[in-house]
Amino acid sequence: MSNKLRYDVIVVGAGPAGLAAATVLAKSGVKVIVIERGRFPGAKNVMGGVFYTDCMKGIVDEFPGKAPVERHVIEERMWLLDDNSHVGITHKNEMFNKEPHNCYTVFRAKLDKWFAGEAEKAGALIINNTVVLEPIVENNKVIGVKTDRPQGDIYANVVIAADGVNSLLSKSLGLRKELKSKDVAIAAKEVIGLNEDIINERFNVKGSEGVTIEITGSFFPGETMGFIYTNKKSVSLGVGMILEDVINSKMNANDLLESMKQHPSIAPLIAGGQTKEFLVHLIPEGGYKEMPKLVMDGFMVVGDAAMMVNSIHREGSNLAITSGRYAAETYLEAAKINDFSENVLKKYIHKLNNSFVIKDLKKYKNLPDLLQKDKRLLQKYPRLLNQAAFELLTVNGIPKKEKEKMIWKTAKKEIGISNMIKDLIKIWRSVK
Amino acid sequence: MEECKMRLEDKLYLNGYKIDEIGGSHLHIKDPDVCKTCELKQCLYICACKVYELDENTDKIVINYDACVECGTCRIACDNIDWKYPRGGFGIAYKFG
Repeated sequence: MSNKLRYDVIVVGAGPAGLAAATVLAKSGVKVIVIERGRFPGAKNVMGGVFYTDCMKGIVDEFPGKAPVERHVIEERMWLLDDNSHVGITHKNEMFNKEPHNCYTVFRAKLDKWFAGEAEKAGALIINNTVVLEPIVENNKVIGVKTDRPQGDIYANVVIAADGVNSLLSKSLGLRKELKSKDVAIAAKEVIGLNEDIINERFNVKGSEGVTIEITGSFFPGETMGFIYTNKKSVSLGVGMILEDVINSKMNANDLLESMKQHPSIAPLIAGGQTKEFLVHLIPEGGYKEMPKLVMDGFMVVGDAAMMVNSIHREGSNLAITSGRYAAETYLEAAKINDFSENVLKKYIHKLNNSFVIKDLKKYKNLPDLLQKDKRLLQKYPRLLNQAAFELLTVNGIPKKEKEKMIWKTAKKEIGISNMIKDLIKIWRSVK
Repeated sequence: MEECKMRLEDKLYLNGYKIDEIGGSHLHIKDPDVCKTCELKQCLYICACKVYELDENTDKIVINYDACVECGTCRIACDNIDWKYPRGGFGIAYKFG
């Protein structure tokens, strides 16, 4: 028993949540090991991806510094896409050019590798090429993990599960039920290489300024969300479909991505580009209601593994990093009294409850259900808006009053006034 | 416009995989008989990398595990799939992510 491999803390998964936890712990002198199944941290990791700066405070100060970021976002567009058109709003603001920048487009394979380097500098040990097979449990307390290395059992006071959306670890401990097909989105993305000047010209930016476009609407089945993000020398084009919509529509995320590339609003933005990589990943979208139990004796769950994604605001990695930091801080407090029981580790939940993480997830807790049940919201309204815009903007001798009447008639026929009022109330209730 | 569509094989070819030739597939069908009576056969179309294919001759599901990017979609969509991660270091390694 004496030659057991032992650390203070085991972090499973070298993504933002795990690396944030490891960095904070290592900085405080805690002996922490991060176990990553990929060949390097980031090898398996995917996001859109927009990365928010604020969450790095107290973890890696002066972010981005030497971190590999692409462009800082100064303009955000939102499109409601119909078959051949879109209606959109945009916000471009010179304030977004001020440092510290609000957010950057990033590549996770590069960013996570860098972040792992920071954790190592702080004193964390990062082990790649290693799969955690299962937790080691004794008297209902997690005391370590089994890995796929020979003699690969590792022991610790606390295991932090940062093992991502599939979190087999928290599932095997019974902290959560299996994910439901309505609670995950399959995101497919292509990184499309383009000349820097062409990107600047097409998106009307200069230097390292970037643009994001979030896309939903009747072009897509169900509650699909698409996106276009500018990187330095490429554009990330992606689409996220709820698995239930994939099953029902019999169209998978790659099929949809391909038809998106042909859309007249999108095709000119990526024309002449060369696809560099094709990526697929799951996004946990169940929100607050589907969050697992976060703590048990010797165990805490962070990031995607804990369903911490605010999909309506395109936030995830910042919630992950903040949760990783809180888990680390909770460990430091628990270490003072040498008590790693659920009762003490519960402080992690209190910290989350008092922060934007749970406050935001709670605010939108009814939204996933609403968008799912009510197909009108992302289908009929966007179509109607596109039709109305086209009608009003087409000059063809028909008086405007008559055009308005036609639009109202279609709206009443397609949706109905009482439904519109109901929808307004439902949306208000879901986001208030 | 149809000719502009990029073939899935060409897309997957861009990705960096390290195939586990020794360990073999990390994905398995639990009970092939269940597939025979499965009407939906959602595994054949939900996967963005088309890992699952139906062998017309044997009527069995074939698993192209070397195309798998380990997203977990099939794990959630079907109870009859025994889903594990590839051995440490194997499988997809994204360059961009």
